[in-house]
Amino acid sequence: MFSRLNFKAPVATIVALLFGWIILLSYVFPLGGLESLRNDILSWVVIATAAALLIGVINLFSVHVGKIRNRQGSVFYSLILVLAMILTFIFTLIQGPEGEIPRWLFTYIQIPVESSLMAVMAVTLTYASARLLTRRMNVFSVLFGIGLLLALFSINPVFGVQITFTRVLASAGARGILLGVGLGTIATGLRVLIGSDRPYGG
Amino acid sequence: MSKELITLVLVVLFAGFMIVFYFLNRRREGRFLRDIPAYYRLRGAIEVAVEDGTRIHVAIGRSDITSPQGAAALVGLSMLKRIALIASDSDHPPTATAGDGTLGILAQDTLRSTYQTLNILPDYNQSLGRVAGLTPFSYAAGTMSVIFDENVSVNLLAGSFGYEGALITSAGERSQTLTLAGTDNIPGQAILYATAHEPLVGEELYAGGAYIDAGPMHVSSLHAQDVIRWLLVIFILGGAVAGLLRGFL
Repeated sequence: MFSRLNFKAPVATIVALLFGWIILLSYVFPLGGLESLRNDILSWVVIATAAALLIGVINLFSVHVGKIRNRQGSVFYSLILVLAMILTFIFTLIQGPEGEIPRWLFTYIQIPVESSLMAVMAVTLTYASARLLTRRMNVFSVLFGIGLLLALFSINPVFGVQITFTRVLASAGARGILLGVGLGTIATGLRVLIGSDRPYGG
Repeated sequence: MSKELITLVLVVLFAGFMIVFYFLNRRREGRFLRDIPAYYRLRGAIEVAVEDGTRIHVAIGRSDITSPQGAAALVGLSMLKRIALIASDSDHPPTATAGDGTLGILAQDTLRSTYQTLNILPDYNQSLGRVAGLTPFSYAAGTMSVIFDENVSVNLLAGSFGYEGALITSAGERSQTLTLAGTDNIPGQAILYATAHEPLVGEELYAGGAYIDAGPMHVSSLHAQDVIRWLLVIFILGGAVAGLLRGFL
């Protein structure tokens, strides 16, 4: 009978709400006891996050092994990823993260690959910006285009004239967006604190 | 006024408005929300995906859940839950990608609890919620392969995305799938505005739950957000006028 009951959900909800409220109250009322409790909770969170990172790596590995086994999608890329993970893991286990081979792998494989993706992104962005007006022709897209051109011209003087007002306009716009983001963050946080949103399967 | 007191006043005010709007919204019919075309298009696309037997992909980004950026990922998880409730019982159930270990676990937990709610837990597959990569560009590369290989028809990017968002949306463009995208990151917003089919600007991302019926508290929190925003606008303008007057006098 008990196997049918889901005990995990209420326990997870109680733990999440309790710890969430303790953290919030300790920021608003920085009393000695509450602050030390907050520090303890945050240090547990750091350990849990490190464990979650390891679980994430195992998940990544298992998903790609599954793809190879089922011959699903780009098997070749999955194979390279799995082999690279195994080799990096073995070398790092033997030599440590500061060892010669792990550092070589990072400097000559990881960094160049990510830099190449950055270069691809630059091309992608240029193409997307050029296509924006054909794909979504409205006032905001036109303003976006004008803003983009002004920002590009403001980097260097054009015909001896330096455009400086874009910095003011850009920071004003960014602050407006940040205000909305801040309010959205508070609303989301409060929904989690009152148990309306339970992103932990509760 | 100390920083702690301002925080307390803001939180209490916000919570108070949320509760007031929750009870007000229960009494009246209709939701009274402004039009955000992206969400209307998302609702239509979810229905089409279920009918077509194609997959909906939700990318929840790579923010740290303990940082303020984690809120954007929480919105993504709320939307994932709602989408999974609608579409999990189809041939190709929704899939979620994350760029952080904790978010990967939360995505799996969200999907598992939805399957449990729908009484289809035996159909749940652990790989539906996955970590696609742990650095910005490896996350983008991992997510691109999901878009290309897994019969995806809709991509929803709801979380914290930076420059890498351009690669994900370009994959959506190349595979001719609908891409809706929102982030809390300012450069990321500019990039997604240029590259996504339907961008979500600023607080529009946080309004997602209200538009896809994730729960009444989502609607009331959205109304509370609007009221607080107007109060802040009045406060800022009042401060500016007071500053000007002080300069003249």
